[in-house]
Amino acid sequence: MNQSSFSSILFLDPVEGEDVDTPGSPQFFGDLNLDRVLEALTEGAEEYNLGPLFCYPLSDIGSIAYRHDVMRDLEAGPLRGHVEAFAESMRSMRLHLSQADKLSYEYQKMSWFLDAVEIYCDAVKNLLGGLSQEGPTSRGLQSFAAFLEQYSSSPEFVGLVSETKRLKRELSGITYRVHIQGRLVSVGRYGGEPDYSSEVEETFRRFAEGAVGEYAMRGQPRQNGAGMDSVEEQVMGLVAKLYPELFGGLAAFYARHAAYLDQTIGRFDREVQFYLVYIRLMERLRSGGLSFCYPQVGESKSVRAADAFDLALAIKLVHEGSTVVCNDFFLEGEERIFVVSGPNQGGKTTFARTFGQLHYIARLGLPVPGKEARLLLSDGLFTHFEREEHIEDLRGKLQDELLRMHGVLQRATGDSVVIVNEGFASTSVNDALYIGREILRQVADRGCLCVYVTFVDELSRLGKATVSMVSTVVPEDPTQRTFKVVRRPADGRAYAMAIAEKYGLTRQALRERASR
Amino acid sequence: MKVYLMHRGRDFDPTAALPSNSDAIAQDLELDVLCSSMAQGDPFLFDVARKALLVSLDEPEEVSYRQHVLADCIANPAVVRKVYGLAVEAIEGKKKIWGWHMDYPDSVLRGSVETLGLFFGVLNRLREVADEHRGSFESEGFVRLLDMIERELDDRYLLRIQEHLQELRFPEGERMSARLGKGFKGEDYVLRRFPVGRRTWTERVLRKKPKYSFEVAPQDEAGHRALSEMRDHGVRTAARALKASTDHILGFFTSLRTELAFYIACLNLREALLQEGEPVCVPLLSEGGGLALSARGLYDVCLALKLQRRPVGNDLKADGKRLLVVTGANQGGKSTFLRSLGLAYVMAQAGMFVPAQQFSAAISAGLFTHYKREEDASMRSGKLDEELGRMSAIVDHIRPGCVLLCNESFASTNEREGSEIAKEVIQALLEAGVRVFLVTHLFELSEGLYRSGAADALFLRAERRADGQRTFKVVEGEPLSTSFGQDLYAQVFGTPDKAEVVRLGSGR
Repeated sequence: MNQSSFSSILFLDPVEGEDVDTPGSPQFFGDLNLDRVLEALTEGAEEYNLGPLFCYPLSDIGSIAYRHDVMRDLEAGPLRGHVEAFAESMRSMRLHLSQADKLSYEYQKMSWFLDAVEIYCDAVKNLLGGLSQEGPTSRGLQSFAAFLEQYSSSPEFVGLVSETKRLKRELSGITYRVHIQGRLVSVGRYGGEPDYSSEVEETFRRFAEGAVGEYAMRGQPRQNGAGMDSVEEQVMGLVAKLYPELFGGLAAFYARHAAYLDQTIGRFDREVQFYLVYIRLMERLRSGGLSFCYPQVGESKSVRAADAFDLALAIKLVHEGSTVVCNDFFLEGEERIFVVSGPNQGGKTTFARTFGQLHYIARLGLPVPGKEARLLLSDGLFTHFEREEHIEDLRGKLQDELLRMHGVLQRATGDSVVIVNEGFASTSVNDALYIGREILRQVADRGCLCVYVTFVDELSRLGKATVSMVSTVVPEDPTQRTFKVVRRPADGRAYAMAIAEKYGLTRQALRERASR
Repeated sequence: MKVYLMHRGRDFDPTAALPSNSDAIAQDLELDVLCSSMAQGDPFLFDVARKALLVSLDEPEEVSYRQHVLADCIANPAVVRKVYGLAVEAIEGKKKIWGWHMDYPDSVLRGSVETLGLFFGVLNRLREVADEHRGSFESEGFVRLLDMIERELDDRYLLRIQEHLQELRFPEGERMSARLGKGFKGEDYVLRRFPVGRRTWTERVLRKKPKYSFEVAPQDEAGHRALSEMRDHGVRTAARALKASTDHILGFFTSLRTELAFYIACLNLREALLQEGEPVCVPLLSEGGGLALSARGLYDVCLALKLQRRPVGNDLKADGKRLLVVTGANQGGKSTFLRSLGLAYVMAQAGMFVPAQQFSAAISAGLFTHYKREEDASMRSGKLDEELGRMSAIVDHIRPGCVLLCNESFASTNEREGSEIAKEVIQALLEAGVRVFLVTHLFELSEGLYRSGAADALFLRAERRADGQRTFKVVEGEPLSTSFGQDLYAQVFGTPDKAEVVRLGSGR
């Protein structure tokens, strides 16, 4: 395998993904709350600009498999630790470079730069070591390891490493002396004179009894200290004069290696974060009792999922320590459309989002929220959610909705996924029934997958293509939602019965009360 | 260096939390009167004395440790007051030095050098005192302290200290080494002794500087700040060591002052009492849990200090007695007697002498007082509520071997109820191994206790002569059914003629 065979840990085809950094997220991101998921994913990883990577769905099964394999390698354990360590080092390297940028004193810039290069060299070597030790099975990581192997034995890199080491060693070996006499500061080479501080410590040790550790004194040495003050700079300058050859060599190093960072490695550093941030998110949610799985992605419309959940909602709930309700769904035979009805706030919209999210995440080549899933490799995802806009008259609002719906139906194909939520609630039941029936007929004709959330029961009984899903409540306490959406005929009664029970107004309850 | 004059092998902690019953004890036994006399106007002595009295010792061993130290103080009052004066001098002198803020290592070092100069001056004189008077002290506490001073502060060591203190003023400037740290900022600054290159006469005249050197301009403020920061780095370790020493020695002087303050306060009180011609004695304390208790000439030291005349002394033979019930005439000396007993316990268990000709007792595991309160502090609950609340709080903390002093407890309700409640409480406490010393005019209570005939109960009565005159003596005697309120009445309303007294007397 030659060096050019690896270009990206995210894309199998070097051409694919070239336009990944085109700005903007898909139109449905907001409707499906994927924008919140993206926020949670990239929080704390802003420097990588991961947004575009998550807004770029894949279109072929091979590319998805490429990512699945890399993900499996990373999820498996030790490999991920090496990659995380590498990322950490690269972050530290960038901090050093930006520190060097901020400083004005040349020798300081050089020092921070030298440290950055040292960190980079170590990071590359350690990552290569880790990869060869663990032996990745994915094509992506294997070819990256091969690339690293080649890179790290290249004369440029080998030279960089040895030069860096030599400079670091010699610089850290310098001990100099400073003599402050009033305003006069003189600097010289240290001649092995004994430590007077410890002599003082020794003499006064008799009275150290009971002293508790470090005294809080101001002016502790600044650790990642910013600049130098004028005195430090001048002392530093004199030290450089004491060791002219060494500091001359440093200056030359600084000038020669400005572009030391390999582009492919830089790209890997960013792109691998795509996996890592998602793994972190999965870990967080798994600790809340949730599951993720690698979906089977294909052309079949008999999709199914077990224990699927709304990722955005789960992030919020797990953070709050609440439980997340999972849902199952399946379509078989000629079924294409879920018509979701039932009590409000009972999980209908969540179910619709879940369905949409699963199909989108599947196309990112990532594990999806759920225990098990078979999903359609869709060619497009379209959503129609009721808008909050303030359009004065109902007619205007309905018109706007219909226009948008029309746009969706024009673009959707038989391989698309369409999510419609609370459509046309701004009209009468009869109108809603009529419009809904028409739209569903068109969706069914086209053969695309659809979730249709409605308050109109009758829409769930349109034909072979529709499946009725109903949101549910706890029978004893209807104010408590289960958020469970189950596959069953819509009868429009469960909720009313539950409320009646709660207030003791069921027939049974009324009879008992009367008999007292 | 530790003082250890108050406890064997342990510092006296003047900040230790006081036992829960302290406020009540201080109030009921009028400790402030006692402490004021001990303090002679010095608030520091007052605080230490009060603390030492309230945090009582509970092992005879510990008591005797202090008794012996106190005996040395009594034998060498001038030396002890001189040592106390040295401690005060060191502490007060330091306050003047450490006036500015001491956060930076460089100023910490300068302040420490100066303070240590002062401290070692005082320590030197302390050693002279130790050298001179070592032979006059016999107690374990003083012998240890004086030996330690001689051992720790030998001449050679003191000389070396002086040299360091001189050198750490850096007459030749600060000399240090450093290494290039992160970003080439200097780190690992260490003070060194390297030869100072002397400039030749011509170099000085021509103001020629050494080759690798620079000068911070006089008006460059930032430069001077930077310079002192570098100095800070260099002297950090030394500053820390000297600051630790300063703190340690200050701690020593503080302990010395605090612990001696107690004994000075004892000397003050003793001198005041002796001046009045009042006797004091070293009490004999036996193991806790026992029932020893006897006294001769026990008097109320607070009353003595207040009245400035000799109060009545009482004799008491209560060995083997768990319950003491004092009844008798109003204002006949019952409360005074109870207080003298309480004060004797408090003073004895602080390691002090006791205002009596002789006093011996089993050490108490804790002293509690439950006194009738004149003022009703609580607006919400009634007096009985308040009393019961206090008793309940006492029961929360009391344990076997403790002593409870009750003065007119449960008198805030009618006699029957009060007696009933009191009987229940007292019986329960006695069974729990508490010693109860009770002053009461609840006849039902005292008579009930008397009739139950317990062998470990002792009944005392405030003496009243046939003519109604009180002797303020408390003597053994069964409870009488009146507290001689008529006498008081007579005193207040004028003396009735004898016939009337007889008539009233026979009318009972």
